Parts: sequence; structure tokens; C-alpha cells
Amino acid sequence: MINSIKLRVAALALAAAFVAPAHAADITGAGASFIFPVMTRWSADYNKANGTRVNYQSIGSGGGIAQIKGATVDFGSSDAPLPPEELAAAGLGQFPSAIGGVVPVVNIPGITAGQVRFTGPVLADIFLGKITQWNDPAIVAINEGVTLPETRITVVHRTDGSGTTFNFVNYLSKVSPEWQTKVGEGVSVKWPTGIGGKGNEGVAAYVKQIKGGVGYVELSYALQSKMSYVAMQNKAGKWVQPGAESFQAAAASADWASAKDFYLIMTDAPGDASWPIAATNFILMYKQPKDAARSKAVTDFFSWVYVNGRTQAEELHYVPLPEPLVKQVQEYWTANFKF
Amino acid sequence: MRYPRRTSARADRFFAGLVASAGYFVLFALAGAAISMFWGGREAITTFGFDFFTSSNWDVGAGQFGAAVAIFGTLVSATIAMLIAVPISFGIALFLTEVAPNWLRGPVAAAIELLAGIPSIIYGMWGLFVLAPYLGEHIYPWVNDNLGELPLIGALFQGPPIGIGLLTAGLVLAVMVIPFTSSVMREVFLTVPTRLKESAYALGSTKWEVAWDIVLPYTRTAVIGGVFLGLGRALGETMAVTFVIGNAYNISASLLEPGTSIASSIANEFAEAVDPLHKSALLALGFVLFVITFVVLSISRLMLRQLKRREGTV
Repeated sequence: MINSIKLRVAALALAAAFVAPAHAADITGAGASFIFPVMTRWSADYNKANGTRVNYQSIGSGGGIAQIKGATVDFGSSDAPLPPEELAAAGLGQFPSAIGGVVPVVNIPGITAGQVRFTGPVLADIFLGKITQWNDPAIVAINEGVTLPETRITVVHRTDGSGTTFNFVNYLSKVSPEWQTKVGEGVSVKWPTGIGGKGNEGVAAYVKQIKGGVGYVELSYALQSKMSYVAMQNKAGKWVQPGAESFQAAAASADWASAKDFYLIMTDAPGDASWPIAATNFILMYKQPKDAARSKAVTDFFSWVYVNGRTQAEELHYVPLPEPLVKQVQEYWTANFKF
Repeated sequence: MRYPRRTSARADRFFAGLVASAGYFVLFALAGAAISMFWGGREAITTFGFDFFTSSNWDVGAGQFGAAVAIFGTLVSATIAMLIAVPISFGIALFLTEVAPNWLRGPVAAAIELLAGIPSIIYGMWGLFVLAPYLGEHIYPWVNDNLGELPLIGALFQGPPIGIGLLTAGLVLAVMVIPFTSSVMREVFLTVPTRLKESAYALGSTKWEVAWDIVLPYTRTAVIGGVFLGLGRALGETMAVTFVIGNAYNISASLLEPGTSIASSIANEFAEAVDPLHKSALLALGFVLFVITFVVLSISRLMLRQLKRREGTV
């Protein structure tokens, strides 16, 4: 009995050893931690459905861009779109994978998710280090009925090059002239105050540890680690909660059709229901890759994602790409990718 | 007779060559590491000149790189670590060799060696999830209120009691360094001849006098070696420091404020250093750490030579 089990195990191992090379189409990607939760789900389900494994490393958007430029992965991923000129210079193509949102998260004793409200300028002043107490009049004025303690605010930001940061500071620059001139934009900036965490995970961990902490993460990180996210005032002056609906509303306001290489930043979107810091994740690939078969496997994977990955994305609070955008992506592939 | 002797001579030469190449390998690897870091960092050093070492402006977006904040954080956290670790290690070693009952010596010595084997990331997680919240909630507010008012050193202890910062990094480093320094000290304390100690006891010395006047002078060289081994670890430690130092490019008099160290900056940024100047600046930081370690070791050598000379004249 035991012998036969042993034999079977051995046979399986042997079979696996021979089957392994057939998995040469296993694909690797690296980049934004923003999209890591849904990417993990997609690759697990895709593996079940098609047998191809997608190995995705959550190393930050800056890392994703560096890795694809170094051609060490089959695709890179970034929440900060590369400008068309930079893409052309590197021979890269770019397309969106999913839409999500960056949410400010706080750790104030007694405050639950969605209870505290920020306007754009208040958020900018907090991250500029100008507002340093939770009971500052500027915060109290927009939070009637919420008791805010006299606790020091500790700002938590990203230390790695991050697309989440890119979208966050892009928004702050749009709503605060002072932020625009003093700090500016980019995947990493010179923070006026606060401590740094690595990745969405790192920021979430620090905010959870520090009483009075405030940071910014992708929504699914906030929900997974049960953190208190905040409501925001959008461009139309309405208060909105983060979630699929407000992300969707922001996405609907975007004019993808006239965006070359999908170069479009969605922050501070118009519309009554729009979340102000909605963000798109982008996939970067070589237009003429060395290994065409692997790149083909990548586009096959994303074709599957656009059709079969929608529910997983919604479950994790991302917004799947709207139909017309998917069509536009597929046209972009045929026009640009030579494999 | 001649024939076998010749082979043995040849074998001897061969063996000498083998051992020599092993020895030269160290020098070769050392020089290789230094040169490659310097070569990789030359772009940053030539771009910013001497400012690279003195400027505290590290702005990746604007392409401005100055190493002062990271150098400051590295030196300060390592200094705190050594200030705490050296006396405690001395105490542990003395306890284990002079005071502890025999049945206890083995288990405690083994426990110290096990501590040395814990991966640094575990220390980092312990620091972030256990030590930092405790310090932030119970210790640092007290430190702030009571020590922050003191003249001269007060400024060191004024700051946000968030539990993450240079002092926490120093504390975690101290815990990590203690196993190294204390096990070296214990080993060398054991080499002190019993007759020396017994003679001192016979003359009526206390345990402290034996430790200070007999054990320590006898083992001075090795003890200093052990201390610098620990210091080397504290300077270069990466993961644990990254977790608790706060990773902020910020120089402040307060030890409670977050800062950054050379090793943690490299760990945080190297993977996504797209800009060649950024990568070069990080390699130059590595070179700076190399130089700091080299200087520290040289100082220890000089100190030892000084000590020996004094012993010779007295």
C-alpha cells in the first residue's frame, strides 16, 4: 500500500519533471503594488483555466519601469503612465489593465472608516506639515459632529518609487498651488514631513502602528487591513466615499479615445460622483520583443482578464475596463505589437 | 632519499601557494568591492563633488543627491547601539565567567549564540510590531516630558513620540549586537589564567576589582576587537533598521525623529533606481559606508597600537 503510494508520488514527480518544460510559456511581470492583490487572483484563476502561470512581483511602479527597460521581465506595470515620447524612445507599448483608487487612511482612536472627511487643500496642508493636530480648526470645520482628539498627526508616505504616490501628489498639485511649487509631482518626491514605508503594504503597516497616523494606499489594502479610510470632496464640490461606484464615475469622465498611448491621468475628475484620486494601472511591453511567444502569452493573459477577470476585480474593489476601452486596447495591440 | 624529499618540498610549495592564494583572495575581494562601488558611484561624486558628502538634500525627483542625512543616521543609530550594547555585553560576559553558578553558564551561553542566529528581518518585525508601539505609547511620552526639559541634552529627547525613529533603530541594533560582542567577550574572559585571578582574590580583591584590574587588561585587545565587530554589524545592518528608522530624509537634533541610514536607503531605493544618476548615488552611498567601516577599523587598530606602546613604557 505504502509502496504503491510512494510509486505513484515518484511517478507524479517524474511526470512533473517532464511536463515542466511545456510550461515555457510561464510569464513574468513586475511593478506596481497597487494592482498586486487582483493580479494574484487573476494569475491563480488563469493558471486553473489555461495552465499558464503568471508570476507577478510587487516591487513598485518605479521598479516595474526599470525591470521592463532592462528586459528582465515579460511585462512591467506602472500606475504612472509613461509619456508617448518616452515609450517611443524605449520601444515600449502601454495599455491599461484595471482602474482603482488611492484613498487616504487614518489611525485616530474612535474613528471608523468613512467617518472623517477631507477637502483637497486640507489633505495637501496635512502632507505639507502645516496642519499638525487632528483637532486643527481646518479639519474640525469640515467634520461637524465628529469628535477629533488633540493628537499629533504623523504623515506616512512611500519611500520607493510609486505610482500610488504619482497619482496622489498629482492630485495634491492640482488642488494646492503651494504643493505644486514646493513639492511638485513624480513617482517619488521630496516629502516635507513624515516617515516612509515601502510599498502599499509598508504604508498600511505604519499607519496601523502609529496613533494619529495618516497615509495613502490603494483601496483594497485599506479594506484588507481594516483601516479607516476617509471621504473626500471632489472637483464638483460633493462629498464622496471611495469604492467601485466613485471610481467608475471617475473612469467614465475620462476621454480615452483621444489619449495617445493611453497617456491619461484621472485625478481630480469632474462629475458629481467621481472619486478625486482614481488611478489607472498600466502594462508596459516591448513592441518588438526578443521572445515573441512569451509576449503573445502576456496579451493572451490580458485578453482573458478583460473578459473573465471582471468579477475578481470587482470583488477586490477595482473597476474593470469599460467595453469600449477594451476594444481600443485590442486595436492598439494589433496596430503596435509585432508578435 | 633525495627523491621523496623533493616531492615533499614541492608539495610544501604547492600548499604554501594554495594558502597564500586563499589569503590574497580576501585582499582581492576587498579591493574589488571598493573599486566597483567607487566606479559605480563616480558619476554622482563627479556631478556633485564634495557636496555629495555634506549636502542633506536627497531629492530623487529633482535629481539632487546628498549623503549627509544617511551618513548622520548611520553614525547616530550605531553610536546609540554601542552605548547600550557594550556595557550590557560586558555584564553578560562577566556574569557568565565569574559570577554565574556552573549549571547556568552553559544554557545562557547557548541562548546568546541562538540570539546571534536570528535573521535580522525578525528583529525588524519585532522592532516594528512589538517594540515601537510600546515605546511610542509608554516610554517616549515619558522621555519627552521628563528628559526633554533638561539643559544641553534636552533637545535630544524632544520630538514626536511615534515609536519609530533613530532611538528605536539604535535600541533594536543594540539587541542585535549584544550576542556578538558578549560571546566574544565571554570567550576571551575564559582565557584569563586562573592563577592570576586566584592570586588577586587571595590578596582580598573584590569581584569588580578582579574584573577591572585583571580580566580586562589581560583581554583588552580581544575585547576591543569584539566591540568593533559589533560596531561593524551595527553600521551595515539593513533590514531591521529599515523597519524602524522611519525612512525620512531628515536631520534633527531629536533622537525620536525619524531618519534614514545608508544601508536602509539603498535597500529602499535600489530596485527602482531608473535614473542612472540615482543608481550611481546609491552606489556612492555604499562606497561611503565602506569608507566609514574602514575608518572605524583603522581607529581600532590605532587604539590597540597606542595601548601596546603605553604598556611597553610603563
